[in-house]
Amino acid sequence: MNILVCAKVVPIASVTIQIDPATKRIVRKDVTQELDPQAAKGVEEALRLAEKHGGSVVTLVTMGGEDATIGIKSALAMGATSAIHLSDPALAGSDALGTAKALAAAIGKGPFDLVICATESSDSYTGLVPGQLAQLLGIPPLTFATSIAVDGRTVTIKRQSEGGYDVVTAEMPALITVTTGINEPRYPTLKGIIGAKKKEIRKLTAADLGLGSGDVGESGAREKVLTVGRPPARPPGTVVRDEGEGGKQIADFLANLKLI
Amino acid sequence: MAEQIWVNAEVVEGKLTRATLEMVGKAAELGDAEAVLLGPAPPDAVETLAAHGATKVYRSDDPVYREFLSLPAVQVLAALIAEHRPAVMLFASSYAGRDIAAALSAKLDCGALTDVGDLALKDDGALEATIPALGGSYQNTSTLSGEATKLVLVRPKAFDIKANPKTATVVDVPAPGDAALRKIRVTERVTTPREGPQLEDSRVIVSGGRGLKAPEHFAMLQELATLLGGAVGATRAAVDAAWVPYALQIGQTGKTVKPDLYVACGISGAIQHLAGMKGSKTIIAINTDADAPIFQVADLGVVGDVFKVVPQLIQELAKRKGA
Repeated sequence: MNILVCAKVVPIASVTIQIDPATKRIVRKDVTQELDPQAAKGVEEALRLAEKHGGSVVTLVTMGGEDATIGIKSALAMGATSAIHLSDPALAGSDALGTAKALAAAIGKGPFDLVICATESSDSYTGLVPGQLAQLLGIPPLTFATSIAVDGRTVTIKRQSEGGYDVVTAEMPALITVTTGINEPRYPTLKGIIGAKKKEIRKLTAADLGLGSGDVGESGAREKVLTVGRPPARPPGTVVRDEGEGGKQIADFLANLKLI
Repeated sequence: MAEQIWVNAEVVEGKLTRATLEMVGKAAELGDAEAVLLGPAPPDAVETLAAHGATKVYRSDDPVYREFLSLPAVQVLAALIAEHRPAVMLFASSYAGRDIAAALSAKLDCGALTDVGDLALKDDGALEATIPALGGSYQNTSTLSGEATKLVLVRPKAFDIKANPKTATVVDVPAPGDAALRKIRVTERVTTPREGPQLEDSRVIVSGGRGLKAPEHFAMLQELATLLGGAVGATRAAVDAAWVPYALQIGQTGKTVKPDLYVACGISGAIQHLAGMKGSKTIIAINTDADAPIFQVADLGVVGDVFKVVPQLIQELAKRKGA
C-alpha cells in the first residue's frame, strides 16, 4: 500500500501558544516545534497498516518553514519511509483551503491508496483541511476514525458519532482522519533516529506545485483575521487548601448560592 | 430585501439537534432564516424549524443522505447554493456539519470559518465572526472575503434557543442519483447505552480527569452527580484512557457545555478542556496541584485530594438532604 500521512509541526505542548497581533498569525519564531501529537497518531496508524500489509510505503507530507524539519525527522525516526516538505515563503499565511490546495497538489503528483490526517491540528484546529483535501483529490473522506481495517481494496473504519460509533466503509483510494484515542504512538528507537538521517526529504515550492498567489499564502486566503483580542476574564474566585473540611466548604458554598 | 441566512438542519437519533434550533434562531436575527433538511427526519421537523424562525425549508427525506454519509449532501447543497446564493450558511460543529462544510468550502472555493461564537452582517454585507481562538485564550474577529456564500461552523451553545413562530414554505429537493456519491457506505450504527440526563442539557455537571486515576473512581462522581441532579462528564485524558465513553468528553474536541454548576474533579484545566466548559455559570474545582490552570477559572477551588474531598462532599450533601 502507498500511504501518505499529512502532518503539521506545531509549538511543543508545554508552550502557551501566542498570536502575533501584527501578523495575526501564531508565533512560531524562537518557539520549539514538534511533530503535532495528533499527527503522530496518524503516522502510527499508517505504520501499523504498513506492517500488516507487506510492501507498503509511508510518506509524510508537511507544509511549513525550515523549523518543521524537527517534526519531519521524528516521523522518519518513527518509521516513515520518506517525506515531502512543502516549504516556501509564498505558502506562509495560507488559510485552511490554501493549505489543502498545496497538500492536494503534492499528493496528486503520484499514485496513492490512503491519505491519513489528524481530525484537527493541536495548534489552530480548524479541522477543515482533511475534508477540503479529500474534496480536491476527489476521494471519499472517512472521518473521525477510532479504528481502521483494510481488506483488499476496501477500507472500513469505526467512526465516532454523537451517541457511539458508526461502521463506515469505502473503496481505496480514500482519506481517513484519526481521532486522538486511536493509538499510542511509538517512540523512535535510537536505530530509527540514526536511520532517519539517511531518509529522503523532498522539498517542493509553490511553483513546483503549480500554485499561484490567488490560491496560497496570505494573498490567497479567503479567511481574513480582522482583530486579535482577549476574551473578557472571569472574575477571580476563592482558592482554599483542604485542611480536612474541603468537602464541607464546598457544601456551604453551594448552599450559599442556593445550588443545593 | 433581507439577506437569506441558511441553516444546515441536522437530525441525530431521530431528533432535530439543539444546535440546529440555536442556529435557526440566530439566522432569523440576521435575515430570512431558511433551513435545508436532508435525510429522514421526525414528522414535525418542518413545524419545529418554523416555530424557531424558519420561513422556508428545503426538504428531502431520501435515505441516501443517511446511508452514504456526506457526499450526497455536499453535491445537493452546492447546487442549491449556486441556485439561490444565500448570504451565509450556518453549520453545527458536529461530525456531519464539519464534514459537509469542509468539503463544500473546497468545492465552492470559498473557504469557511470554524468555531464561531457569534456573527454579524455589516451594512455592506460583509460578515464579521467572533471566534474564541486557541481554546478561548484569544477572542478574534474574522471574515471571509469574496462574493460567495459564507460558510460558517458555529460553536455549540453559542446562541440561545428562542421560540419565534413563523410559517415555513417547503421546497422539495430531489435526491441525487449519481452513483459516485454513494462511495461512503454506513453499514452499522452503534449507540452506547447512557444513563441519566444528557450532558448538553444538564444543569449540573460533575466531571473527572486524569486525577481520578482509574475507571472505577467515576462511580464516586456518578454518586455526586446524582445527589446534585446532574450528569457526569470527563476530560480527553479520561476518555482516551477508555475510563469512560467518548460521549462524555467535554472540551475542544468533545462537547461544549454551559451548566449552572460545573464541578471539576482531578482536572488540571488544559486549554482544550477549558474551551468546552468555561461558559459554565459557577465552577468548582478540586485538584492536588495548586498551580493547576483550572483554579484560574474556578469560583471556588479546593487544593486537596479528590479522594478525600469528594467523599466528604457526598456525605455532607446526603446529610443536608436528609435533614
